[in-house]
Amino acid sequence: MKVHEFTCITCPIGCGLEVTEVTKPEGTTYQVDGNTCKRGEKYAIDELTNPLRMVTTTVQIEGAHLRRIPVKTLEPIPKGEIMACMTELNDVVLEAPVDCGEVIVASVCGTEVPMVTTRSIERV
Amino acid sequence: MKADLVIIGGGPAGLAAAIEAYENGVESILVLERDRELGGILQQCIHNGFGLHRFKEELTGPEYAERFIENMKEKNIEYKLDTMVLDVTEEKLVTAVNTADGLIQIAAKAVVLAMGCLERTRGAINIPGTRASGVFTAGTAQRYVNMEGYMVGKDVVIVGSGDIGLVMARRMKLEGANVHAVVELMPYSGGLARNIVQCLNDYDIPLLLSHTVTEVRGKERVEEIVIQKVDEAMNLIPGTEQTIQCDTLLLSVGLIPENELSKKANIVLNPLTNGPDVNESMETSVPGIFACGNVVHVHDLVDWVTEESCRAGRSAARYVKETLKSGTGSLNTVPSSGVRYVVPQYIEPENIDTNKLTLMFRTDSVYENARIVLMNNGEKIKTVKKRHMAPAEMESIVLKEKDLAKMSRGEVTVKIEVEEAVRS
Ligand SMILES: Cc1cc2nc3c(=O)[nH]c(=O)nc-3n(C[C@H](O)[C@H](O)[C@H](O)COP(=O)(O)OP(=O)(O)OC[C@H]3O[C@@H](n4cnc5c(N)ncnc54)[C@H](O)[C@@H]3O)c2cc1C
Ligand code: SF4
Repeated sequence: MKVHEFTCITCPIGCGLEVTEVTKPEGTTYQVDGNTCKRGEKYAIDELTNPLRMVTTTVQIEGAHLRRIPVKTLEPIPKGEIMACMTELNDVVLEAPVDCGEVIVASVCGTEVPMVTTRSIERV
Repeated sequence: MKADLVIIGGGPAGLAAAIEAYENGVESILVLERDRELGGILQQCIHNGFGLHRFKEELTGPEYAERFIENMKEKNIEYKLDTMVLDVTEEKLVTAVNTADGLIQIAAKAVVLAMGCLERTRGAINIPGTRASGVFTAGTAQRYVNMEGYMVGKDVVIVGSGDIGLVMARRMKLEGANVHAVVELMPYSGGLARNIVQCLNDYDIPLLLSHTVTEVRGKERVEEIVIQKVDEAMNLIPGTEQTIQCDTLLLSVGLIPENELSKKANIVLNPLTNGPDVNESMETSVPGIFACGNVVHVHDLVDWVTEESCRAGRSAARYVKETLKSGTGSLNTVPSSGVRYVVPQYIEPENIDTNKLTLMFRTDSVYENARIVLMNNGEKIKTVKKRHMAPAEMESIVLKEKDLAKMSRGEVTVKIEVEEAVRS
């Protein structure tokens, strides 16, 4: 039996949640306490079993009035892959002009989630 | 030069006001922006979380801005970049300067002020110590890192746990810096729980509550800082000093509406918001000069900036067409117990064209299970139950036609009635 603590971020109330993980031969069960509504339970179990995060960062761009262009993962990726995602993007250099929503990496860190630009930029 | 409407500032507030004024029949519009592009502060806010209310989807700052920029360009609304507005008069004569046109003067029928806000600096919070380099406001650092491509430092401490401080803690960490701590004077964070979890906890960045920075040390560059605990009365607790070695200190210690131009136009400013007093139409004390966005009061959600700015744009159009009743109206709003300020400060019910008016306000502390109570001349008009309220999250209460019908000339008071106050 293991107890994990989280703060629910689904709404601004921010309930403190406790998840009791019980491993039995027939499978693992999760008991969530501290949540005020159903959404807290789902949040806690997702955070424990498969935490996902959007990554928003920038990559290098040439031929524009700025040296960086903002990008994001189109879908959230596993939390554990965030740093690998950052490293993968270190080598990406774009050339202006670029449209908003252009795919710059088709599958970031083998997650099948594409990385896209989040603004358009003209050539100068 | 002449224009029906001049808008000062091309951030989300200015863009929404321009689009809405155009849609309400004003064609001669000129937007003046001192930066080299439109979008304002949103262009550097590359994280997501914008637009949930407005577009029902989660956008990054630049994506949110781009929707409005595209819309404005489709309408061929005129704008000038790299153009700094120097002066506005009560007669609505706008003076600006840029390298292409030199000094320009525009006689406007109406003006919308949308200059945004400024960050409080080290001077404003008085951190003693040397004048070493490496001390930045968080917003300046955000611009360097996210747009200009300069890393501001390797070993970072952040002062202030509002959302901007939290977002920058994660940003610096992702870009390879060591973020040693976020230091917060208050016993609770000024940021959203979501940002505490996803910006600090995810990266094991410590949040030091009830702490402050008492000294910056270092000759050329910051070498270390001293932090110290404070007690409930905000007094330093002797013997709790700690030094942290770092080369960079980021300050996220508050924003102040940018109102140098408003003062030049003799607009009445509100001591609680530091922005102009406005009425239901977002009109200032000078008829025909409107204001919206962070210039009026500091917003945490750009969605509300947009809503407020649409109102300003629509009202400016009515002013140009001479269908708006200017002035302080028949009602004035007053913040009472638990409420720091209320916007708008004045209401003329006759001008309300959408059957309802949203009053925006901030509480003075964290409340759980409380009620927002709206009174008019001592009579209760409306009560709204709230599970949770905090100073960092702007609150609102909607006045419907039937609420307005119940009111008579005089004060409209907004207060919080508590069952239990926590963490205050
Ligand atoms: C660092 C930071 C992070 C934020 N993060 C979030 C977030 O995560 N989520 C969220 O919803 N909101 C966030 N906000 C809030 C939101 O971005 C702002 O509320 C919104 O951008 C305010 O819009 P604005 O148009 O009033 O001001 P701004 O965006 O600041 O625009 C003002 C514009 O006016 C121009 N200007 C000023 N003076 C002059 C002059 N004299 N002449 C010509 N032009 C002038 C400026 O250059 C600027 O472009 C953040 C704000 C800041 C400061
Ligand atoms: S459990 Fe429900 S009420 Fe509590 S923070 Fe999560 S979503 Fe909000």
